[in-house]
Amino acid sequence: MSKIICSAGIRGAHKIVNRAKEKWKEAIDKWGPEQEVGFPNTGYYLPVIYGILGIPVKTLKDMEPVLERCSALLPAFVEEKHYLPYLGPALDAGMATFFAEEILEAVRYLENPDFYTKQEEPTAGNIWLGAADDIILRKRGIEFVDGSAPGFAAILGAAPNNETAVKIALELQEKNLYVFMSAESGGKTFSQQLVESGVQIGWPTRLVPFGPDTSATVFAAGFATRAALAFGGLKPGDFQKILLYNKERIFAFAIPLGEVTEEWYANALGAVNFGFPIIADTPIPQILPTGICTYEHVVSNVPHDKIVARAIEVRGLKVTVTKVPIPVSYGPAFEGERVRKEDVYAEFRGGVNHVCEWTTSKTMEEVEDGKIEVIGRDLDQIKPGSQMSLAILAEVAGRKMQKDFEPILERQIHHLINYAQGVMHIGQRDTAWIRIGKSAYEKGFRLSHLGSIIHAKYHSDFGGIFDKVQVKIYTEEEKVKEILGKAKNVYAERDARIEGMTDEGIDNYYSCTLCQSFAPSHVCVISPERTGLCGAYNWMDCKAAYEISPTGPNQPVQKGEVIDVKLGQWKGVNEFVYTASRQKIDHYNFYSIVYDPMTTCGCCECISAVLPLCNGVMIVNREHQSMTPCGMKFTTLAGTIGGGISSPGFIGHSKYNICQRKFISGDGGFQRIVWMPKALKEELSKRLQIRSEEIKVPNFLEMIADETVGTTEEEIISFLQEKNHPALSLEPILG
Amino acid sequence: MDKTNIIKKESVDTAVESLLEKARKDGVETVWERLAAQSPQCSFGEQGICCRSCSMGPCRIRKSAPKGVCGATADTIAARHFVKMIAAGTAAHSDHGRAVAELFLAVAKNEVSDYRIKDEKKLMQLAGDFGIKTEGKKKDEIAREVGEIALAQFGQQKGELAFIKKAPAKRQEIWRKMGIVPRGIDREIAETMHRTVMGNDQDYQNLLLQGSRCALSDGWGGSMIATELQDVLFGTPVPVRGQVNLGVLREDEINIIVHGHEPLLSEMIVVAASDKELLQLAKGKGAKGINIAGMCCSANEILMRHGIPVAGNMLQQEAALVTGAVEVVVVDVQCIMQSLPETAKCYHTKIITTSPKAKIPGAIHVNFDEHTALNSAKEIVRRAIENFSNRTKNISIPREKTDLIAGFSYETINYLLGGAFRGSFKPLNDNIINGRIRGVAGVVGCNNPKVTQDENHLLMVKELIKNDVMVLQTGCSAIACAKAGLMLPEAAAEYAGAGLAEVCETVGIPPVLHLGSCVDNSRILVAANEMVKAGGLGEDLSDLPVAGAAPEWMSEKAIAIGQYFVASGVFTVFGVTWPTLGSENLTRLLFEEMESTLKGKWAFEPDPIKAAQLMIKHIDKKRKALGIDKSRERVLFDMAKRRELEAV
Repeated sequence: MSKIICSAGIRGAHKIVNRAKEKWKEAIDKWGPEQEVGFPNTGYYLPVIYGILGIPVKTLKDMEPVLERCSALLPAFVEEKHYLPYLGPALDAGMATFFAEEILEAVRYLENPDFYTKQEEPTAGNIWLGAADDIILRKRGIEFVDGSAPGFAAILGAAPNNETAVKIALELQEKNLYVFMSAESGGKTFSQQLVESGVQIGWPTRLVPFGPDTSATVFAAGFATRAALAFGGLKPGDFQKILLYNKERIFAFAIPLGEVTEEWYANALGAVNFGFPIIADTPIPQILPTGICTYEHVVSNVPHDKIVARAIEVRGLKVTVTKVPIPVSYGPAFEGERVRKEDVYAEFRGGVNHVCEWTTSKTMEEVEDGKIEVIGRDLDQIKPGSQMSLAILAEVAGRKMQKDFEPILERQIHHLINYAQGVMHIGQRDTAWIRIGKSAYEKGFRLSHLGSIIHAKYHSDFGGIFDKVQVKIYTEEEKVKEILGKAKNVYAERDARIEGMTDEGIDNYYSCTLCQSFAPSHVCVISPERTGLCGAYNWMDCKAAYEISPTGPNQPVQKGEVIDVKLGQWKGVNEFVYTASRQKIDHYNFYSIVYDPMTTCGCCECISAVLPLCNGVMIVNREHQSMTPCGMKFTTLAGTIGGGISSPGFIGHSKYNICQRKFISGDGGFQRIVWMPKALKEELSKRLQIRSEEIKVPNFLEMIADETVGTTEEEIISFLQEKNHPALSLEPILG
Repeated sequence: MDKTNIIKKESVDTAVESLLEKARKDGVETVWERLAAQSPQCSFGEQGICCRSCSMGPCRIRKSAPKGVCGATADTIAARHFVKMIAAGTAAHSDHGRAVAELFLAVAKNEVSDYRIKDEKKLMQLAGDFGIKTEGKKKDEIAREVGEIALAQFGQQKGELAFIKKAPAKRQEIWRKMGIVPRGIDREIAETMHRTVMGNDQDYQNLLLQGSRCALSDGWGGSMIATELQDVLFGTPVPVRGQVNLGVLREDEINIIVHGHEPLLSEMIVVAASDKELLQLAKGKGAKGINIAGMCCSANEILMRHGIPVAGNMLQQEAALVTGAVEVVVVDVQCIMQSLPETAKCYHTKIITTSPKAKIPGAIHVNFDEHTALNSAKEIVRRAIENFSNRTKNISIPREKTDLIAGFSYETINYLLGGAFRGSFKPLNDNIINGRIRGVAGVVGCNNPKVTQDENHLLMVKELIKNDVMVLQTGCSAIACAKAGLMLPEAAAEYAGAGLAEVCETVGIPPVLHLGSCVDNSRILVAANEMVKAGGLGEDLSDLPVAGAAPEWMSEKAIAIGQYFVASGVFTVFGVTWPTLGSENLTRLLFEEMESTLKGKWAFEPDPIKAAQLMIKHIDKKRKALGIDKSRERVLFDMAKRRELEAV
């Protein structure tokens, strides 16, 4: 009965809005109207309010018109008999609920700054994370874009017991969904239940404890709103498009566990505005007719063992999960889970032990598909807590297999192994570091399962480019050394080959429209010397992806006639971009930040911006939270230039691209870099040094200013002058 | 008495039945007695084959005399008669629209002080429809331009009416191809009257082309102008609770019935009735207050916008007087029986006419001028107050009154289906596609004493909603269903099929929606348009699983409305009687052949259940054509599918 839900939700909305008004009044009295408010490190203010109403709430004073709007939106209570229609008014009440909850939470950040950890994971004494900041949003964004996270489940309340909570969480993780947790039921929260059962929670495991109160549910709505703004390129205040974007592209739903209160109903009505349905475990009324959501709006009384499957079906989501024959759970949700030192059963650490991972091709006759050999001692033959050497050799064969695909397949080993619950993987090649946890061992995980993972996932993800794969796992010290020696030679050969690849040397580039699921007009065109701006795809990856899926998001793009050799513009590329951007963009340049630069979507790793006074560019990576010399933080920059538009003076790119030779070569290239965050400089120091030597300024790294030098152009220019930075003597960057 | 006009009883409405008994006691003659006296009625006239266009006639077509004196055939005579009805109906709605446009322009120019623009949002939307640039312009300036363009629609000589462009592209194409896009409202009416004089257009098919063009200038012209400008002036209706039937009259208050059509008068009477001085005066006369109740479409207008009670529909106008409790019946135009002053003589009631276009012997005339609107309204209210002391003891107010929810403009429906942020017609379309709602029917029109009052409306509407067809209503038909409680949200569970009931419960609406007065049939056109736009139900109005009906029609206005629905691609069924049966060819054109050109057609079915079945059959035919007659698989989205989506 919609009437019961709408009536209760409207009552709940009144309560929440009234509470927000009281809290706001108290805050105004205490701090004054000019007091700054906001969620930590975001360029989207209070995101639902900003996205839907277009109002940037920066101070307590700014909340007043929002509260007025809440009052205007709140409908009268639904009468028992001869009632007026309630659906539209109830949905408005749901929106007012979200606005009011953002205000409540913002006031909480002000009054009690340490209520939330403001980090990706719980701390010792506090499990509640609060609102996701923009770094998390963008980092996780790419997973939403490429489908490794198809959506999220907002869980309110708690399961009847811890065991059920763990089961539901695990099932959602196995379906690759994020789980956003808020509110309590019967004095318990779902997050606590997981912690009590020893489940790792936090962003890395996709089990996100937002907050203990119902109002923390709004962080899920805020995440969704920001996805539309950051990746969909939608403008704040364009509420209808933002909500429809969510309905069509963000596959989220809410699972209230336990008694549904009036406040929960109010939040449910808010969620329905976004097209997110409600799937409850209690016998609350249902709303089955479709319309605002894609399918049913409220489905109730679903048994706990069916609730995840039912939710996915109601949301209209298709999740394809490859079954990997191993005794532990498997999926991207377990990628971020750590195996702590005290939990280690076995460890293989590159640098300390001899470790390597190597994928190589063989002839069809040499490979027996699915054959997995463990050469040396397996886990049950060693002591718990052991450290030892390990070589993983994957041998593939197939008619379409090419030498160039070997490194692509090999690089997958990192995350494929990491996806196993209780197994941790860091690094690659000879720096790989694997930990197998005691829990995984106890469940029966053995070294052969590393091979099972590689065999199953290679086939499911890359079946298009090979036919057979066999895996050999060596722990015998001498054997490992022998394999490592061979592998190292191969690594060196490959690096030389990749280094030698140039844009001029090939006829076709590859498109990447992977993120059109989120940014419908954005098109990356990836050349050997300009990798994808998300950092996830290079030219070779695209080539392989095209072989695997010839009609997929990576298509060969014939360069065609050269239009501008210096700035990097080709006729064939332009034509492709015009079609693929749905007629939004008709041309761009590969190698310029100043003249019609390539478009940027919301998931770029770094953004460069022209600093006219310094005659150069600054680079900021998305992890850097502070102010930059262009006057904008990363998040503001990304908000301004993301969304598939070309913005002269700004460009999004990958970290890797910084040291590629074509990096803004049309504007003077590498030597234009005048500022970058210290941490980024350190991360890239090896490659930066190589490039510095290439341009014959071996001490170039010292010349690049960072935040310790200054965060305004004025502050850094004297530093550049003092260091005699080459950019200062180049021709004016703005022509 | 002709057997065809014998009905089982006058009305299904017990309020009417009890008052008829009182009327007979009081010696008052009513519409039913006059009908009996008129019977048997002229069968030639009834079949549309009596021609009195010139003084060579009158001619009656029969087997022995198949042609008129001038040589006109049954086809020509019936067609001329039919299109004249269209012209008359169009003239009535459009003259109403013109009056609104004139007032609107006067308001925009600040020439009148008693009215102001209430709905600025709709003003801007209308400016958009008319292609007016609004940037940097003041509200009054925009309103003036809107008013000027609206008024110009009447006298326009060439080109196309502005609202034509609101129709789906495919529909416009059909009209243009057939050459029936109206040029100007008055021009189409005048040309119709020209074509029907003796010795002029004598090709029934050609006459009906002009008839269609003239009707379109009503639906997409005069009526639409009336509705849209009224909304801007008086406010776009939102859901409102009201009451209906003669029980709304109050024994201890001054009762004023506003009867007729245009809200210009009724709006002001409502304002005057809350005037402190007048309320004081009423108290001085021993009345507890001033009670305004509406009748016919005047009622619908003030019900939709203010929740003012409705006394009844067309066939209740005499009964209202018989209560003996009505001080004044103030009327403007259309559907007002000449018998009212005669009936009023038996009681203390005063009949006040207000329009120079509609005077009645025996009535008091108070000229209603928009420049002195409130003063005129106050004078009328004052006369009512002064008449209170003339009430006799011969008073009988029926107890019948029913609650209803009204106020379903297109804008309201849009809002209700998604709220301020997600409002759209998509949920309606979705539930039509998934089969919960089978289709949508517009059931509209008059009362006709030849059938038991309201019975056809009720039987038809109940049959439709039982079969999951959502019903949109206007006019006297709406009042009939409201009286029977069909416009209460609770009616969904009681009368509607499971699917429709579920959707109604989801939104909190009745299964039968009140869209307003008879000019507000244009709201149904706009709603149908919006269904096409929301997607999934074809590209033209004729693709939609919808149908129209006027099961108790009597006015020429109903024929005009019916023809503009047919010309817009809608299957339309009329009851009671049909005015072209004397011409087989014309009847075939209307009932069959129009479907291949206009994609809409007429039907005549006096049995309301059978008529409802015809509508359902038509709806099912359209569902089949759309491929939504079978249940569909749930589509699950993976990433590749999401990438294929167009940007929002």
